[in-house]
Amino acid sequence: VSADQLDVEAYAAQYSGRTRVARLLFIAERCGVEAIQLEALRMAHDEARAREDTVLYLDAVLKINSRLGPRYRHDQAWVDSVNRRAEQRKEKLETELNGYRTNLIKESIRMGYNDIGDFFYAHGHLSEAFKSYIRTRDYCTTSKHIVQMCMHVILVSIELGQFAHVTNYVSKAEQTPDTLDAVIVAKLRAAAGLANLETKKYKLAARKFLETGPELGSNYSEVIAPQDVAVYGALCALASFDRSELKSKVIDNINFRNFLELVPEVRELVNDFYASRYGSCLEHLEKLKPNLLLDIHLREHLGTLYNDIRHKAIIQYTLPFISVDLNTMASAFKSSVSMLEKELAALITENKIQARIDSHNKILYARHADQRNATFQRALQTGNEFERDIKAMLLRANLIKHDFNQKNWPGQRKMNL
Amino acid sequence: TPLGRSRAHKSTIRRSSRPVSSPPTRRKAASRTAPDQTPESEPSSKGKAPSAAAAAAMESVEALVAHIQGLSGSADELAQLHGLLKQADGDALRAHSAGLLPFLSHLHPGAHSLGYLYLLDSFVSSSANLRAHAGGDLLVTVADFLTSCSADQIRMAPDKFLNVCRVLKNEVMQLNAPIRGIAPLRAAVRKIQTSSEQLTPLHAEYLMLCLLAKQYKAGLSVLEDDIFEVDQPKDLFLYCYYGAMIYIGLKKFRKALELLHNAVTAPMSSLNAITVEAYKKYVLVSLIQSGQVPSFPKYTSSTAQRNLKNHTQIYVDLSTCYGTGSYSDLETFIQSNAEAFQTDNNFGLVKQVLSSMYKRNIQRLTQTYLTLSLEDIASSVQLNTPKEAEMHVLRMIEDGEIHATINQKDGMVSFNEDPEQYKSSEMVEHIDSSIQRLMALSKKLTSIDQNISCDHAFLMKSGRERARFDYDDFDSVPHKYF
Repeated sequence: VSADQLDVEAYAAQYSGRTRVARLLFIAERCGVEAIQLEALRMAHDEARAREDTVLYLDAVLKINSRLGPRYRHDQAWVDSVNRRAEQRKEKLETELNGYRTNLIKESIRMGYNDIGDFFYAHGHLSEAFKSYIRTRDYCTTSKHIVQMCMHVILVSIELGQFAHVTNYVSKAEQTPDTLDAVIVAKLRAAAGLANLETKKYKLAARKFLETGPELGSNYSEVIAPQDVAVYGALCALASFDRSELKSKVIDNINFRNFLELVPEVRELVNDFYASRYGSCLEHLEKLKPNLLLDIHLREHLGTLYNDIRHKAIIQYTLPFISVDLNTMASAFKSSVSMLEKELAALITENKIQARIDSHNKILYARHADQRNATFQRALQTGNEFERDIKAMLLRANLIKHDFNQKNWPGQRKMNL
Repeated sequence: TPLGRSRAHKSTIRRSSRPVSSPPTRRKAASRTAPDQTPESEPSSKGKAPSAAAAAAMESVEALVAHIQGLSGSADELAQLHGLLKQADGDALRAHSAGLLPFLSHLHPGAHSLGYLYLLDSFVSSSANLRAHAGGDLLVTVADFLTSCSADQIRMAPDKFLNVCRVLKNEVMQLNAPIRGIAPLRAAVRKIQTSSEQLTPLHAEYLMLCLLAKQYKAGLSVLEDDIFEVDQPKDLFLYCYYGAMIYIGLKKFRKALELLHNAVTAPMSSLNAITVEAYKKYVLVSLIQSGQVPSFPKYTSSTAQRNLKNHTQIYVDLSTCYGTGSYSDLETFIQSNAEAFQTDNNFGLVKQVLSSMYKRNIQRLTQTYLTLSLEDIASSVQLNTPKEAEMHVLRMIEDGEIHATINQKDGMVSFNEDPEQYKSSEMVEHIDSSIQRLMALSKKLTSIDQNISCDHAFLMKSGRERARFDYDDFDSVPHKYF
């Protein structure tokens, strides 16, 4: 993956919190260029050290592997001191919490659990953080508390990769009776979109991202940047929406336009697709591909999304015509005729295009099934199947009537063959 | 008469140790007066010195023969005769079975079928007699009888009739001339059937003879009847199996599949070898016909569902290999398991499965392309040269499996639409006859349904399970709204 255009610092600046480190580490792992890799690792290391997150720190140091000089070597002393301090703090928090629990003051208990959850989260112990946050549920009194709890759980779940929980808690948060703050609504939508994306429900993901309000801004930088919302939303929409939806929900969507402005390439891309300039649309996609492969959430889905978009483009191209010259089409899609022919054959076999290929003259002819013939054929076939099934059934009924039991065989008749 | 009467065979002629007087007392009076009868002389040609007792027994047989001739007129007389014959059956006839043959010439197989049958049956039941008369006239006599006997009469003693047919079949097989048994057995099948929908044990044997003689068309006449009544399980399985083999020989794979399907899905409590073999062929024929093996329908017995696949593992593997669509893989698989297929006598079918793979791939191409060059066909179907592709396509066009034209100059094949327009009078006739057939079938189904609904046992069972009171039946407005 050549991502020589990637500006690691600028990219990392969009995020905050743990996700910054996680993303940097991800980039370092996947990127093939050593310079960028080291840059990312260096930043990851510094960040982890500043946050006193020993888990991520150790991870970064391992990957650096002494390539960056003495300052970036494994500093066990620092790790130990951090751990000791953490241990002390944990004990303090736990004693406080126990105190609150004996006093049975709901609010304090809730805050106690929250603090412990935050503590665990900051030090990278995600599953304990998750458990602590879940515990606050019983002590939530106002809807604000519930929303706060949900947001925490969502954050941890995203990092843990448990997107089912994310969806659950998003809906929980949305169901609170009070009207929510617009920023929070936007955050919830973005989180829901992310969950759907990771569980491969691209259409739902697209919808959620498109509904995310511009109030999101950079308020959710510990999870997702607004550019990401634009990119994810646009790609999922292209791969799964049909034309009318694309127009109404993406292109005419004022809210989403704010996001698209942040990534002008993607905006171009969507417009090209809608205007049937498939060649340039696919070119844009190819250009974006290396950078997108470094994105922590998008990577596994990129292949499928790209394929879907390409197929959609091909299908849309052939739809209005009775016959299409494969040469023109190949130049429009910037691929060779034989490759295009293979793609078309695959799409026809999957019944996504109703057409036939004239391989001799390299023309694609639209084919509309003859309904009358098809009906006759189906009727005759149904008749045959009915006849066959009924006869077999009558035979079986008769067999059962005669108490068809093979145990009677040997002694039944002596005049065997 | 129940078909399941067991009988001990006595192959030796019992020396008569009974008092001579007993046979005559078992007959009615006037037994000795047989006006048209010329008493046969002793059967010295049979090689046993006739004793006095034997001679007397012979006379009683004569008397019997006289009865047969006399009483073969109306139904009452036949019933009476049947009683007599049943009495005589046993020692009297059996002991002197060797001597019965000449008596047969006094009887007419058509008019005196019942009596003829009894005599013939006891004659052929002794293997000594059969050995003495191997080949030659006996076959002709039996064949003659089967073709000309009267259906009503022989239906009174079906198990004897079946026995005679069996003997004929065995003889014919021993002589290695199965074709000689075909015509008589076909006649026999028709005669013993009470209705064309009934399956008799003879069906299976007849089909076996047709298979051995390779006279597939002869088997067709019996196979075309639909079978709805079956008395014995073994008959059905053998019938389905042999019938399917005949259809396979005629390349009518769809009908073969129907029969095999019946064999595989019949109710059974334990697995039998015939079903296992039938399933093997079922897998192969399904692959040839439709490219995949359907899963067991839910009415298949659980024994079959659980155990069939264990006994036929290589066939299951074959079908998965076929599913991958690669010709070379399939070929290697078949080669490596060739022995197993050979021992099952299925190698010919397996080779057909292999060639059907090409056909299926080419058919898939017709769905996607309007014209395609022969090289492209060859490469996508994994053939070696365009020439081979051309041959395959040509053969498929001739067999009517695809509609296409080959342009040799360009090396192109154009696939055409099915030219059937469903407008011709033959098509209309075909549709019309289908409709008639289905309406008849549907009527039959309704009548069976009505019969069952009136059946006592059914009403008892379903009545018990129904709710006692259904308020909705009585009140359209529930009480609480009053």
